[in-house]
Amino acid sequence: MFDLTGKNALVTGASGGIGAAIARSLHAAGATVGLSGTRVEPLEALAAELGERAHVLPCNLSDAEAVDALPKQAAEAMGSVDILVNNAGITRDNLFMRMSDEEWQSVLDVNLTATFKLCKGVLRGMMKARWGRIVNISSVVGATGNPGQGNYAAAKAGMVGMSKSLAYEVASRGITVNAVAPGFIETAMTDKLTDDQKSAILTQIPSGRMGTPEEIAAAVLYLSAPEAAYVTGTTLHVNGGMAML
Amino acid sequence: MSDVADRVKKIVVEHLGVEEDKVTENASFIDDLGADSLDTVELVMAFEEEFGIEIPDDAAETIQTFGDAVKFISDAS
Repeated sequence: MFDLTGKNALVTGASGGIGAAIARSLHAAGATVGLSGTRVEPLEALAAELGERAHVLPCNLSDAEAVDALPKQAAEAMGSVDILVNNAGITRDNLFMRMSDEEWQSVLDVNLTATFKLCKGVLRGMMKARWGRIVNISSVVGATGNPGQGNYAAAKAGMVGMSKSLAYEVASRGITVNAVAPGFIETAMTDKLTDDQKSAILTQIPSGRMGTPEEIAAAVLYLSAPEAAYVTGTTLHVNGGMAML
Repeated sequence: MSDVADRVKKIVVEHLGVEEDKVTENASFIDDLGADSLDTVELVMAFEEEFGIEIPDDAAETIQTFGDAVKFISDAS
């Protein structure tokens, strides 16, 4: 349905469940994909699965210098970065009163500061091309809050405000900046929950189930497509009705 | 007019879509040539590429007019 032939997409966190699904979906629509993540092995496995038009670009987003270098590496590997998906994220959950400065800072660094730097790093090329798509993967907890996730919720809400501000600045250049806010999705991150925690969560979700990575990828694909040119500064909530925002 | 000024003028004319004779020494990109703040960022990017120089952000802020740009680039290159 959506055609991304000739577009080059950089996806961070492509070694994770949602990131891999996003990369597969953009690739299936014809895009060349740059797969970034900290763990090289799953990235190479994904690149092998995708075959042509896939580049492995390992990067540790908690390393500020590596983050600064990534947009350039991606542009060298693919020719340009037309689509940026900031999907990488980490959690360091703790009760607010027990949360250390380090737990706070590491989550802000990877989830918010790295997103800022990567957006900044790809803008020059997008401005010149008069075309660009930035999709920042936020979270439902950025809108609703979540006990034990003061750091993560702050970073994810921060991404939304940042995306809107940037969307204002670059809209006239054919660049859109949007966020996708997943609810509870079946990934390694939610596998860690106990069955009791899961069933408690499910009672809060009108759809009665967790979402799949592919359902997030579909939202990203839409926002990356030429057809979404008039959609900018928005947050697309994909959460089974858990929070209707 | 120097070679630098010619090349700068060409970039300004192309980027802002203004008449060449409007691009005078004291013409302000924003006040006289209709640029917005993002245009000025793009102009600086274009100058950097054309002349193979780095224009740091604090220097870029001082480049308000066509004359400022020509002077900065002449000094830098």
